[in-house]
Amino acid sequence: MIDPVFLLEAAINGVLLGGVLALLALGLNLIFGVLDVVWIAYVDLVMVCMYLVYFLVMGYGWPVWLGGLAGIGLGVLLGLAVHLLIITPILSSPPVNQLLATGGLLFFIQSFATFLWTTDHRSIRINLPVVEVGGLFLSFARLIAFALSIVAMLGLWVFLRRTFIGTAIRAVAQDRGAMALMGADPQRIYLVTSGVGGAMAGLAAALLSIQYSVHPYFGAAFGPITFMVCVLGGLGNMLGAFIASFVMSEIISLGGVLWSTEMGYVIAFALFIVMMFIRPGGILARRER
Amino acid sequence: MIGRAAAVAVLLALVVAPFVPMGGMRQYVLHVVIQIFIWSFIGGAWSLMGRFGLVSLGHGAFLGVGAYTTTLLWNFYGLTPWLGTLVAMAAAVVLALIVAYPCSRFGIIGHYFALVTLAVGEVVRLLIIAERDWTGGSLGLTLKTAGASGSLLAAQSADKRVFYYAALIVWLIGLWVWVRLDRSMARAAMEAIGEDEVAAASVGVHVARFKLAITALSAALTAFGGVVYAQYITYVNPETLAGIGVSLRIVFAVVLGGMYSWLGPTVGTALTITLQEYLRVKFGLRLIGMAETIYGLLLVVFIIFLPAGIYGSVRALLARRRAPAPATA
Amino acid sequence: MTMLALRHVTAGYGHFTALWDVSLEVAAGEAVAVVGPNGAGKTTLLRVISGVIAPRSGELIFEGAVLTGRPAHEIVAHGIAHVPEGRRLFPALTVAENLKMGAFLPAARRSYRQSLERVFELFPVLAERRGQRAGSLSGGEQQMLALGRALMSTPRLILLDEPSMGLAPVMVLRLFDLIRRIRAEGYTILVVEQNVRQVLKLVDRAYLLEVGRIRMEGRAHELAEQDFVRKAYVGL
Repeated sequence: MIDPVFLLEAAINGVLLGGVLALLALGLNLIFGVLDVVWIAYVDLVMVCMYLVYFLVMGYGWPVWLGGLAGIGLGVLLGLAVHLLIITPILSSPPVNQLLATGGLLFFIQSFATFLWTTDHRSIRINLPVVEVGGLFLSFARLIAFALSIVAMLGLWVFLRRTFIGTAIRAVAQDRGAMALMGADPQRIYLVTSGVGGAMAGLAAALLSIQYSVHPYFGAAFGPITFMVCVLGGLGNMLGAFIASFVMSEIISLGGVLWSTEMGYVIAFALFIVMMFIRPGGILARRER
Repeated sequence: MIGRAAAVAVLLALVVAPFVPMGGMRQYVLHVVIQIFIWSFIGGAWSLMGRFGLVSLGHGAFLGVGAYTTTLLWNFYGLTPWLGTLVAMAAAVVLALIVAYPCSRFGIIGHYFALVTLAVGEVVRLLIIAERDWTGGSLGLTLKTAGASGSLLAAQSADKRVFYYAALIVWLIGLWVWVRLDRSMARAAMEAIGEDEVAAASVGVHVARFKLAITALSAALTAFGGVVYAQYITYVNPETLAGIGVSLRIVFAVVLGGMYSWLGPTVGTALTITLQEYLRVKFGLRLIGMAETIYGLLLVVFIIFLPAGIYGSVRALLARRRAPAPATA
Repeated sequence: MTMLALRHVTAGYGHFTALWDVSLEVAAGEAVAVVGPNGAGKTTLLRVISGVIAPRSGELIFEGAVLTGRPAHEIVAHGIAHVPEGRRLFPALTVAENLKMGAFLPAARRSYRQSLERVFELFPVLAERRGQRAGSLSGGEQQMLALGRALMSTPRLILLDEPSMGLAPVMVLRLFDLIRRIRAEGYTILVVEQNVRQVLKLVDRAYLLEVGRIRMEGRAHELAEQDFVRKAYVGL
């Protein structure tokens, strides 16, 4: 029998992991909600930002928090670049073409990273303490990452609810054409959205850097989970994605302790299939389109 | 279109090809052409769904299910792949229906559908890796050999030419299925569905049933393709047969070649495989990753600038040459 | 003073042509209607004016500026507001947020406070329900919100696409009264309507659009007396 302490630790780690996962899922959902395009290469953009953090911290001796900020900056740039170079030309193409474009980007980024930096795993080797809380051992890095991701998500919520452009972004997600009739240049809103999505990827990169090592196929590890979270929460549904992130990370964490990490994912997906039969469109009903 | 005489000539050339002197390159050329036949077949299977807007990014799931089912049944139970294929195809169909049914009922299409299928593909891959005790995990599984020169029961052969003809036949079967489906009433129905589901439903076209039937057929054929591939390569691995990588490559080849024509998947597959081989030979082990990088870059560039695929673009070009553009009356 | 002029506009979607050689004019301060049966091309007409679709040939001139083929958000910035068919409110946003979005343009944002007050004055029910989700409003309230949202962009010309659609007859009368009030405040109105009888009471002039062509035009009361108008559309 598994020691209940391990289970509890796994459960808590699940929550902590869920924070960063939510960041990824929300970024992806934000872009999809507004642009109706799924960035298949999204987590690979995270990987690129993680490499930046690595090189700045290990190669140039930057403090981690500064490297993290640089990662966010790169995320914004990448978000804008992807939108301008790849998404804009195919905005009116059929979905299969759009998916192939961002899918091709995935190949490109993963291979280019392999070419530039080899498949070696790189870690920023930051030795953060392990905190003991009532008999449980938790990684301090994980706690910080969780706290910061929650702060970021609150920031996103405020941005979307209280600012003018944030409300415009929500409006476009509900009816793209109508916003143009208000005098809003859709391209400007798309750019802001892509920039914000990129920033979230950059932040996720910073937070993941202190927990994991980076390698070109990092996207293959985190990408599928992110997609599954989005699907479980209902694609385009922000609240659904938030909840689903924690559900998924709990299943993965507990599943990992009880069986294996991979089985955790399989169970999560099986749950998704069940959900599809009993509650269509994800945990929360999806918006109309 | 290709005239009948030309088609017969091409077919004869293909039949005779393995016996043409190739100066020591035969094994390699046969190997590449066999792959082209098999992957064209798989691409054609995918396009049955793709042309009706059901874009799946998870066909690797069916490949994996197909290949692993027959391999495991043969390795552990000695079940001949000839029968194992039936089990494999049935399993793929079951998986397809489990996923496609709720998607169809709740109108999940487009990007959302693609993402769901992507998740399916990844889950199959992860399941294979998770059950490493009997599937070999990420290291893969080798097909147990049944004798040095091969065996009909085990569907194995040491002679590439045997596989060449087998693959040729499989490829031809795929083309035949594609054309038959294209001509039948089902096609008219599916296109009506493609245009306007509600209208199609109102005239009695069983939208859901057709979608499921197409999905099941596509899954079964893809699984079969996976089986053939496994029998040829005699080695299965979750990365090459499941997961997003292989799924994307299939879709890419088909869209590049042209989703709406019977030769489209073949043209696209031939091009992408040839390109991959060329890059591999050119860069090989010298610049690791550069071949794939260029491949990925070309994919993105192609999809942006040649959205109708090569076939579609050539066709449009020829049409414009043949007749001047009609005045928009 | 001609405010809006369409000259020989032909437009459509893909291979399909919806408008053929359409010309019309709206003078500043006027209220003009475009009537016609379903599928006549009325919605396409408004979409061409507001820039949602570009005409294949012909010209669109607004206050002297040639705006043919400009994108929608630019045309709106010139002073045209389009209340689309079916209203197209943002269902999950509140009444207040919908109105806010109407004032997206920089010029509109500067006079946001006044515009908002004016809208609440005209439509007190919107002030009451300012925090309510737009999707949960009644049909009549939604139409008012759509109108209010259009006013927020401080336009000079307002395009109305089938405003009476889906409304009970009592609501339709109330709505047209409100449009009269708006018109009295100085806005120029171009309204597309299937409810011929009511709309001809509201406007100065009208055009009859059938199968993509202008068949008739004239003063509203003249058109109202046309036999075939009465016969064909009575009871709608």
